[in-house]
Amino acid sequence: MGPLFLLKETMQDINKLESELLEEIGNARDLDALEAVRISAMGKKGRVSLMMRGLGQMAPEERKEIAPKLNQLKKVIGDAIDNAKAELNRAAMEARLASERVDVTLPVRPENKGRIHPISQVTDEIIEIFADMGFSIAEGPDIEDDFHNFTALNIPPEHPARQMHDTFYLPQKEDGSRQLLRTHTSSVQIRTMENKQPPHRIVVPGRTYRSDSDQTHTPMFNQIEGLVIDKTSHMGHLKGVLKEFCRAFFEVDDVEMRFRPSYFPFTEPSAEMDIRCTFAGDHIKIGEGDDWMEILGCGMVNPKVLAHCGIDPNEYQGFAWGMGIDRIAMLKYGIPDLRAFFDCDLRWLKHYGFVPLDVPTLGGGLSR
Amino acid sequence: MKFTVSWLREYLEFDASLDELSEKLTSIGLEVEEIVDRAKELEAFKVCHVIKAEQHPNADRLRVCQVDTGEGVVQVVCGAPNAKTGMKAVFAPSGVYVPGTDLLLKPSKIRGVESNGMLVSEREMGVSDEHDGIIEMPENTEIGLQYAKLAGLDDPVVEIAITPNHQDALGVYGIARDLAASGFGTLKEPDLTPVKGQFDSPIGVKLSFEGDADPLPCSKFLGRYVRGVKNGPSPKWLQDRLISIGLRPISALVDITNFVTFDLGRPLHVFDADKLKGDIQPRFARAGEKLLALDGEEYDLVESDCVIADDVAPQGLGGIMGGELSGCTEETTNVFIEAALFDPIAIATTGRRLGIESDARYRFERGVDPAFVENGMEVATRLVMELCGGEPSHVVADGEGPDWQKSVSLRKTRVKELGGVDVEPSEMIEILDRLGFKPVDKGDVIETQVPSWRMDIDAEADLVEEVMRMHGFDKIEAVALPRLSVVAQPSVSPKQRRVRTAKRALAGRGMIEAVTYSFLPRAHAELFGGVNEDIVLSNPISSDLDVMRPSLLPNLVAAAGRNQARGFNDINLFEVAGEYHSDQPDGQRTVAAGIRTGLTSGRHWDGAGRAWDVFDVKADVLDLLEAIGGPAATAQIVTGAPQWYHPGRSGVIQLGPKMRLAAFGELHPSVLEAMKVKGPIMGFELYLDNVPLPKATGKTARDPLKVSDYQAVERDFAFVVDQDVTADKILRAARGADKKLITDATIFDIYEGERIGEGKKSIALSIRLEHLTKH
Repeated sequence: MGPLFLLKETMQDINKLESELLEEIGNARDLDALEAVRISAMGKKGRVSLMMRGLGQMAPEERKEIAPKLNQLKKVIGDAIDNAKAELNRAAMEARLASERVDVTLPVRPENKGRIHPISQVTDEIIEIFADMGFSIAEGPDIEDDFHNFTALNIPPEHPARQMHDTFYLPQKEDGSRQLLRTHTSSVQIRTMENKQPPHRIVVPGRTYRSDSDQTHTPMFNQIEGLVIDKTSHMGHLKGVLKEFCRAFFEVDDVEMRFRPSYFPFTEPSAEMDIRCTFAGDHIKIGEGDDWMEILGCGMVNPKVLAHCGIDPNEYQGFAWGMGIDRIAMLKYGIPDLRAFFDCDLRWLKHYGFVPLDVPTLGGGLSR
Repeated sequence: MKFTVSWLREYLEFDASLDELSEKLTSIGLEVEEIVDRAKELEAFKVCHVIKAEQHPNADRLRVCQVDTGEGVVQVVCGAPNAKTGMKAVFAPSGVYVPGTDLLLKPSKIRGVESNGMLVSEREMGVSDEHDGIIEMPENTEIGLQYAKLAGLDDPVVEIAITPNHQDALGVYGIARDLAASGFGTLKEPDLTPVKGQFDSPIGVKLSFEGDADPLPCSKFLGRYVRGVKNGPSPKWLQDRLISIGLRPISALVDITNFVTFDLGRPLHVFDADKLKGDIQPRFARAGEKLLALDGEEYDLVESDCVIADDVAPQGLGGIMGGELSGCTEETTNVFIEAALFDPIAIATTGRRLGIESDARYRFERGVDPAFVENGMEVATRLVMELCGGEPSHVVADGEGPDWQKSVSLRKTRVKELGGVDVEPSEMIEILDRLGFKPVDKGDVIETQVPSWRMDIDAEADLVEEVMRMHGFDKIEAVALPRLSVVAQPSVSPKQRRVRTAKRALAGRGMIEAVTYSFLPRAHAELFGGVNEDIVLSNPISSDLDVMRPSLLPNLVAAAGRNQARGFNDINLFEVAGEYHSDQPDGQRTVAAGIRTGLTSGRHWDGAGRAWDVFDVKADVLDLLEAIGGPAATAQIVTGAPQWYHPGRSGVIQLGPKMRLAAFGELHPSVLEAMKVKGPIMGFELYLDNVPLPKATGKTARDPLKVSDYQAVERDFAFVVDQDVTADKILRAARGADKKLITDATIFDIYEGERIGEGKKSIALSIRLEHLTKH
């Protein structure tokens, strides 16, 4: 046999091996079978590897012809195995995904959803606004003495204004005095002015108590009080503070408001503030309309009150106001019944409560 | 305080509309609460002519009427027996609301005959109880006129709220005087001409207060005898006035006193002189005395009560209510009129103690014009003589009355400084003059004499208010409060911030915030630490809201019970608020408390929830402690929670034995049993005031992070120990074995059983070892 014949025979072997291997690759049903084919072709003792090894015994001209052919065979088989592997992987993934399908419309596992009570939320909203105007929060005890709740506020024992406050009393003591539940947060004005020198800019949120219970009154309710004491603040500033407050709190561009002369023993002059509103069915629109709604009482701190706290009324002056937190929460959020605030009905709390991270900020908007 | 517009016109001439009047009243501090305008309500009720009234074909008692309304003829079916051809009646057309029957009229068929509108009775219009038949108007009445106008009902009733300082506006004249001062109309003075006495009063007056009371409960008493009067119903004008403001006419003599009370703000009393024995002696009541008052009640008097007595017994409670036995009746022929001044505090004290609400008390405790006693007597005398005839005596009197004269001065700058409004000094003076203050310009200040009817005014700020009130509160411009700093300073203290954080943290753990009353039933307080008698309300709103709560838990447990009753069993509630331990400020402590009961979640396709247990609330309280910046990692957990917790399933978190931060655990089953609430309930209380604040070093930088490039190793150990050795003790021992190398120790298994013997348990620990200093 001459070299040419050998050459031809080898070329035929290569072609045959290629088609045999390609068929085996095509028949491999899974990655294991494919791996077996790969070993039988490309492994140390694989058929392609053996042929490659045979190149060394060939004559140079023979090798020149065969080597490129063998290299091409190696590449073709290698590519075919890679492609088949990718295809098998893809099919395996598809099969896995198909088997892992779930019904995503199933409800999630139940979680307990927390809520913040409207009183806390609205208190935070109010504080946020007054904080920006430079007020700090002052607090005081719910159980008060007569001096801080009445006398220091220019409400002497027989003053008719005491009848406006249906006061809860604690037992009489040996010295004849009796503690009481504060009827307003104004007692904290006194405590603040007694303990610190002016200027003062405080707001006072807290629980207050009056012996009154019907559809619109509960024996406990929440008030927030404001006090400014310095040398120059007057009723114009009071109006300015309250106007800015109303705009920010009710989140409207403007609120038409009016001061009406009124009477509180601890302020002089005294006013009540009404804001415009419209009643449309159950809904109240705040800021404009034909009706007036009374929302708070206010006035210039009575010089007698300053004097009771050891502050010289000829040097210092200022203003104060007070309003019901529960009431303006009802107004802003359309909550109908005051008594329900304190009943702890889960349905009410879930409906009117706020989600925990709905933290009111001026920067982010007070409410969502 | 109620009055009608025509009554006001007796003392004030004005052209303005009802709306303008209402606005002005409110703007000067006499807040209008309601205006009832019957004329407006009855606008559509007009005079008509019944052209023909025929028997209804299908009903014996009904008539079919053809009615000329002035705007056409309509057919009306009418059931009134007096409906007859040719009469003038009052017609209400379809579409009109009928107040007396609370019906809206609609065209209808009555027993097959069409009927439009209605011929009405007085009761149907809500004018009276008269319902014997429809109204018959005089024959010559013009068709189409409004009934309300013809019947004198076109006098709107105004109700205003009177603040305690406005005792001057408790009479119609006073309201007119204040309106006139504001520039609204012209004041007409009442006729105060004295009535000449004809003889000496057979009844004398002597103030007879024992001791040295100052001020005297009754400081001035005027009396006058009028003989030969004839009592009977008062005339229509007077009855109308009283009815319009909701008072019931009784007899002329009684009506006069009521009228003057509301007309001039001057309470009076009229005795039947023949029922008095001897002289009138205003004095303190004597122990054991009683008075049968005009309201029919008998009152027990005490020695501080001021009575108007005759020689024998008290005949009235001075300034509050007259006595029944000396009251006027139809047979009264001789009367003794009283016009007196009483001390507001004395009146308030007696009135409040006896619970008597009267128009006289209301006025005297706010202060009645001390310079109007004589005038009141003259007005009353004249009215008695006009309405009942008779012959008046000279006035008998005792007492000087209080010294009411006061001067108050106003620095002209104060209106601007306090009120923020520029008011010209000339306007200030004009306003004060119109208000009766007799202002005198003294350069920088205006000096005034406070009028007798303004007891409330005693300082400069009051004058500022008077000027502002009349100048108009609407003239106050809103001015921005100057900012204290460009960026606002913190408004809450670290302690206050913790309260807010605590609420959000607990809500973030799936709990719902409750706000409950600060008081609770005594029985509940007893279950949660007992009742401190110092903080039991003397006058609770009801007997089960009488004790200030010693803990937040009982109200939450009660709330759980109410929700269970509504069918909800999975309950997670918390409250952050005060509990009360004494009547002093430091007896109030801020606590965050919560309860969990029911299952962690409801039934579900992936399995059901489990019951809450102690470790859930322990996790709550530790997480809360961390959220507020408390020492969650270093605090000790020990047993010994308060007695309202299950003794074996509860614990305390503390920093040493004296600083208790929190308690948690299952609530005691017998507590729940006593409160009739379904258990088990897990609860916790975190005493916010006890949690130390982070040191105020001003340092915000954190300690450097320590990590090692060397991997950590974990090793497991198990120890068999006595059952009462706590997990915490073992963990502390493990962590303390090598503080440098052991960075963590956790418990992953606990075994109790026969294999290790009775009274023993096996605790399996996983220890993490890591060298943080080597790199």
